[in-house]
Amino acid sequence: MKPLQEKSKFLKKKANKIRKLIVEMLSVAKSGHPGGSLSAVEIITCLYFEIMKHDPKNAAWPARDRFHLSKGHACPCLYAVLSEAGYFDPKHLFTLRKLDSLLQGHPDRRTPGIEVASGSLGQGLSIALGMSLALRLDKSDCRVYCLMGDGEIQEGNIWEAAMAASHYKADNLCGIVDYNRFQIDGRTEEIMNLEPLVNKWESFGWHVIQVDGHNIEDLLESFYEAKTIKGKPTVLIAHTVKGKGISFMEHVVDFHGRAPTEEETRIALKELEEID
Amino acid sequence: MSEQVYARDIYGKTLVELGRRDSNVVVLDADLSGSTRTCFFGKEFPERFFNMGVAEQNMMATAAGFASCGKIVFVSTFSMFASARALDQVRNSITYNNFNIKIVASHGGLTVGEDGSSHQALEDISFMRSIPGLRVIVPCDGPETKEAVLAAYKEEGPFYIRIGRSKAATIENKKTFVLGKGCIIDEGKDVALICSGIMVAKAMQALSLLKKEGINPYLVNMPTIKPIDEELIINLSSKVKAFVVCEEHSIIGGLGCAVAEVVCENNPILVKRVGTKDVFGQSGSPDQLLKKYGLEPQDIAQAVKEILR
Repeated sequence: MKPLQEKSKFLKKKANKIRKLIVEMLSVAKSGHPGGSLSAVEIITCLYFEIMKHDPKNAAWPARDRFHLSKGHACPCLYAVLSEAGYFDPKHLFTLRKLDSLLQGHPDRRTPGIEVASGSLGQGLSIALGMSLALRLDKSDCRVYCLMGDGEIQEGNIWEAAMAASHYKADNLCGIVDYNRFQIDGRTEEIMNLEPLVNKWESFGWHVIQVDGHNIEDLLESFYEAKTIKGKPTVLIAHTVKGKGISFMEHVVDFHGRAPTEEETRIALKELEEID
Repeated sequence: MSEQVYARDIYGKTLVELGRRDSNVVVLDADLSGSTRTCFFGKEFPERFFNMGVAEQNMMATAAGFASCGKIVFVSTFSMFASARALDQVRNSITYNNFNIKIVASHGGLTVGEDGSSHQALEDISFMRSIPGLRVIVPCDGPETKEAVLAAYKEEGPFYIRIGRSKAATIENKKTFVLGKGCIIDEGKDVALICSGIMVAKAMQALSLLKKEGINPYLVNMPTIKPIDEELIINLSSKVKAFVVCEEHSIIGGLGCAVAEVVCENNPILVKRVGTKDVFGQSGSPDQLLKKYGLEPQDIAQAVKEILR
């Protein structure tokens, strides 16, 4: 196995590529959700390029780990990752949100690599739980990863799932909360406070790991730790920055659901170029 | 009509049969397994039975996760909670993905009885029928429940099957259930009674009342609400002057509307709907409620006479 630093270097480069693709595809689409896509880049990149076993040439490979994007609006990030991994031709990225596109405004199963549709918030953790229980029934050692938004976990369905996953000791399930602290209407603490968030998950019986959601090495170590936890599910509270990587998008609520203009796209891509 | 049986008993036993036949079948319930009879399956296959507690939304979306991994999932709770409570999950997590999930909901309609309006699903068929691609079945008795459940098992994709709480009389002289097909139980003339669920038995009683007065309606059992049997409806619409459609459901959005839609677009004749009006139910015995809300044989007979007048 490559040392962690080497992996991290590779994944950082990959993450920057994903960011560029997100900006480009949203710019072409002229609508979509940059903020929460950019905050999830390192998380999804680590999963697909290091943590999960999967086969882009055989999306239905039975022994694959599962990923479910419960915060479906961050699909530009997932699409960029899937394309980069080889699930489909990158040309599709620039048909995002267009009529008859392989890439819908929120994920669905027409896209190679998408397991289950999402978009209506709050249902994904339940879906991931169903996957993990089904895999356990089949005596599979596959793992299930579910990325949730922070605003999303205001949905009651999430906590029904949290209770059930703990009840069923779904230790092959790893949730991730993209805690960028913003939702469409503003700061989570102002709209509907989530704190004390760690206590909430712990009291529901989950193993909780807090992590800097943009630090690749810390993310990898958190995912490795999650694999070792038995008898209970694990959740990563990933502290992230909405709009991460683009100076004028960071912490700016307006970019939750607005695509960059042509000028903004130019500046954003220049900033990302400078990182390489 | 012969013996009275609980359709849910039959459902529970059928699940056990399927469980023995197919190790890929899993069953989920939301703390009503004693009532829905999924407990029969749970007792024999505890490792494939998942009680999700009082959390229907979670149950439906969890079912979607199971199905995404290739399981054939039966999900049960009361009709009220399967439809209204978890509608978004049924639409977006189950049906939009076209997953192999069979929602078998018990305690549909007024005959829930004493529990009252909060538990009497009178809109579930309307909700479910409007979801693209979701097939909707309301069996008329125990044997048909078994046939419908087996048909849904064999057919890939999502289903909503609604059964009742109370014992139902077994209807004789009807054909074996075929998905998407209605069946003529009694040939007649002038008018056709098109019915689902317990209203088939009620209509049979109405038939004997009407025959005494020299009126001989067709009697049609229409267990599949979607896809509706357009062929049979169009065919019959040229043989009679009017339809009377009877269901244990609101007249808004259910079988009555499904029939009227076909008739209006193809061969307009009068369609009278017998069901609950735009009202909620209340507590009472099933018999009292059916009488109060106009779902008795007399009400059907009355509707027939009015429409023929």
